[in-house]
Parts: sequence; structure tokens; C-alpha cells
Amino acid sequence: MSLPARIVTLLVAFAAVVAGAVFLAVYYIGGGPPTVNFVPEASGGQVNVVLQEDPQNTVTSRPDWVSYFVQDPVTKKWVHTTLFQVPANTRVNMTILGYDGCTPLRNNFWSRVQGTIGGTATVQQFKTVGQPLGVPKTFKVINSWSHCSVGHTFAIPSLHVFVPVASPNTKLFNSSACGSSPCTSGPHSMQKFSFYTPKTTGTFRWQCFVPCGGGFLDGNGGPMQTLGFMMGNMEVTS
Amino acid sequence: MAESEAPAAPAKAEPNHGLRIFLIWIVLALVADLLIWFLWYPHMPPGRQSSSAQHQAFDITVLGLAAAPVMLFVWTYFGYALINWRHRQDDDEDGPPIFGHTGLQAAFIAGTSVIVLAAFVFGTIELIVPAGAGAGEGPNPVWKPSGSNILQVQVIGQQWQFTYRYPQFGGMESTQLVLPVNRPVAFHVTSLDVIHSFWAYQLGVKADANPAVDNVAYTTPEHTGGFTVRCNELCGIWHGAMFNSGRVTTPTAFQAWARATELAEHRVGLLAALPPYSLTYDPTVIPQLGQEVVKVAGITGANGYYYPPQDPEQP
Repeated sequence: MSLPARIVTLLVAFAAVVAGAVFLAVYYIGGGPPTVNFVPEASGGQVNVVLQEDPQNTVTSRPDWVSYFVQDPVTKKWVHTTLFQVPANTRVNMTILGYDGCTPLRNNFWSRVQGTIGGTATVQQFKTVGQPLGVPKTFKVINSWSHCSVGHTFAIPSLHVFVPVASPNTKLFNSSACGSSPCTSGPHSMQKFSFYTPKTTGTFRWQCFVPCGGGFLDGNGGPMQTLGFMMGNMEVTS
Repeated sequence: MAESEAPAAPAKAEPNHGLRIFLIWIVLALVADLLIWFLWYPHMPPGRQSSSAQHQAFDITVLGLAAAPVMLFVWTYFGYALINWRHRQDDDEDGPPIFGHTGLQAAFIAGTSVIVLAAFVFGTIELIVPAGAGAGEGPNPVWKPSGSNILQVQVIGQQWQFTYRYPQFGGMESTQLVLPVNRPVAFHVTSLDVIHSFWAYQLGVKADANPAVDNVAYTTPEHTGGFTVRCNELCGIWHGAMFNSGRVTTPTAFQAWARATELAEHRVGLLAALPPYSLTYDPTVIPQLGQEVVKVAGITGANGYYYPPQDPEQP
């Protein structure tokens, strides 16, 4: 092979390697989940945020990973993400639909509702969408060790917000659990609570304290440590 | 008649290099140690907030006082040699041969031995006197603070949050770490999942949090104010966010806080929901029901497999 041909080959090979590295970086590092913006929807010093947690995630390449979804406030469509944006110094009225079954908390201390307005959360059970089972009840503690009662938690540690999220009726869950994400039918709980965002802007991570990463050591890997599944960021903007 | 040779220039007397190096070094070492003692020591981390922190600041200063002259001697000799004994133009002469010097070798061995042994004795004393120097001593600590009025605080690590239990206050648990001033504290550090490390920076306390291990560390807070707690063991993706702040308060304020927290947790039923206080916990066992948690796909008791069939009851 002539010298020019060797040089061209070398350059082409080098360019191919660089292109591959750039693609991987953009695809895997830059390709994170989207952020749902609730800021334009805030009014009167309040904003409503709706999440759901599912026993699986069939819209990703990890269908056996439990996952949160965020409802877009405009289109009302469920977005596979755990990133959302809310305004500072605002009351966040959070609604979480719990479609996943119960798992005992590793530390039952997280059974206590902390950091919400009034230190409470209100729970209502549903057989399926639109079919309530009883009336809403308000709790300060949802004891995950006395009953099969907690599916996951929603916690923003730096704001001292720790809320156990109720699980649906176990018998109904075992017989007719939602099997396709995002869930639009099936037994679920609806949990409501409110908290205030800080006056200063910033990024506040939130996470689940139930070790819900099936197949991982002590349930602490996989979705527990991946943005878009059981942990995320709440972006507080001005 | 032969022309008489010009008289040779008198040989330049070789200066006493050893004395010169010594004089330069002693001045530099003195200045450095004075700077370390008077300027650096007052600001030496981790500060003065606790007994262990004070000892650590003192220890680091003493090591600095010892290390600075050694380091300066090496630098002085190096600089002196570069200036005086560097190769000069047209100087092709070999350097003088070097022979062993018994006195110098003996002095070196004796000097370094004294330094190492002194460091050993000093370090041992500084480990014993402040009751373990704020480090984790394992489940059976060798060095303990005197007195019986020791506040017991259990530090529980979990991805990614520390919580604190106070067995002398009904076993109440909190995300806040509050301590009274001038009272010895025994930290019992453990974990519910992976290995963490409890590092109360300004208190000079650091102890690994291992699952199923009670790692004990002691300190006595000596000044009121805030301090930072960080996890110091890479424990997962949010390791960097596993921190919070604690505070040292007056004994009266501490009692008020602890009693109020205990009462509040009793009222809402949290105290009854917590496991009985224990030095370690097995998260796969729920003591209230005396059962081992069923594991499904690596998750303890997932999908309700733990609970009895008659218990589908949810809030």
C-alpha cells in the first residue's frame, strides 16, 4: 500500500473511532429523559403535579424495571421521566397514582409522612380508574410493617420531604395488576399531599426509599439508581 | 637563564559548606515552624468544635512542625548543591570520591529512628487520650470516655440518607442530628444496605457504616453551632448528595428537642412502628411480626409476598 493510501486509511479509521465515541457520548450521556415544565401552569402561588408509579416500564428497553411517570400538565399525556420543573416559593399539590404492589420498607422510619403541609397525606383506593374503594383518608403514618400498605416512597431529602406512597389492594393487584405502562387502568391508590418549594432556585433530587430494583443486590440497583425510573430531579426556577 | 615561572595563584580556601547549609536550614526551619504554630494552627481543620476535633488539629500541627524542618533540609541541600556544585564551563574535573562516613550514617539512623519512635509514641497517646480520636473503633471499643453520662446516638446509613436514633429517648429516630454541648457522645454507626461512612467533619468524627456491624466512635462537643455530616464512602450514584447538617446546642435546648421529638413520634404512632432499638438491624426480618421477609427477584417482600393472605389491607 502506498504512503498516501496508508495515511488516508489511518485518517478514516481515526475519524470512525472519534465519530463512534461522539455518538456514544451523545446517545448515552446526553440522551437523558425530558423535563416536564409545570412553571407556566402555576397560579395563585400553587401548582399541581401528577405522577404515577408502575410495577413495570413497557415503554423502555427495561420492561421489568419499576418506574415513575410524570403527567404533562398541558397534554395530560404520561411522560417517561422523573425530571420536572416547578416555580420557587410555591405550594406544590402533588398527586401520585400508585399502581405497584407493596414492599416492606427497609427502614420503617420512612412510614411517617414528613415535610408536607400538616405532616399528612391523603389516600384513596381505586379498583380501577373511576371506581373508588371507599373514601379518602388522611394519614401521618402509613405503617409498611403492619400491613401490606406501601409501594414506594417519594422523598426530597434536602427539603425534608419524605412521603410513603400507598400501594393498591393486594388481592386486586395480584389478580388484575396493570401490565402495560403508563398505567391507565387497574387497581391503584391515589395519594395527595402538598409542600412548599424553597424561595431559592436550585435542583433538588428526589428518590424512592423502598429497595425496588428487582434482581439487584438488596434491590438497590437498576431503577433505584437511574434517572427516569425511581429517582429524579425537581428543578426549582424563579 | 631560564625565565622564572609566575607564582601560582593561591588556592581558594574551600568554605565550610556543612555549616552554611546548617545555618540556612535552621533559619528557614525556625521561620516555618513559627508560621505553622502561630498562623496555621489557629485555623487548622477540622476546627475546635469537639474534643476529637481539637486533638486532630493539634496532631496535624505537630506533624507539620516535625515535617517542615525535614522537608526544608532536603530543599536547602538541593538548592545549595544546585548553586554551588553545579557543572561549570571548562570544568572537566571529576568530583571528589565519596567514602562512607560512620558518624554521619549513625547520626542519620539515630535521627530518623527518634523521629519515627516519637511519632509512634505521640500517635498512641493521641489515640488513647481523646478516646479513640473520633474514629470508629468497631463493636468493642478499646478507648472509651470516662463517666457514665454518655449520650448514645445511633447513626443509620441507607442509600442515600443518614438517620439518627436516640435509645435514651424512647428509641426515637430523626433525620436531624442534634447534640448537647459538653456531654460525651457515643455514635453507634451501622448501615441497612451498602457500606457508607459517617463523617461529622467539624466534630472530627469518622466511622464506616457497615451492614450488620456496630461501629462505635466517641467525641465530646465543646462548642455550640452547626456542623456538616457527609458520607465518605462511595455508595452509589447519589453518594455525593448524601449529606446533611447537624447542630450542637445547649443541654436545655437538646432536652427540649429530644423530648418533643419523642413525644411527637409517640403520638403519631411512629415509635411503635419502629423496630426495637438494636445495635444492628437485619432488614430482611420484620421484628414486629417475627418473620423473615420473603425475597422475590432480590427484593425483600416485594408484591406483598411477605404479608399473610388475610392482610390485603391498605390505607
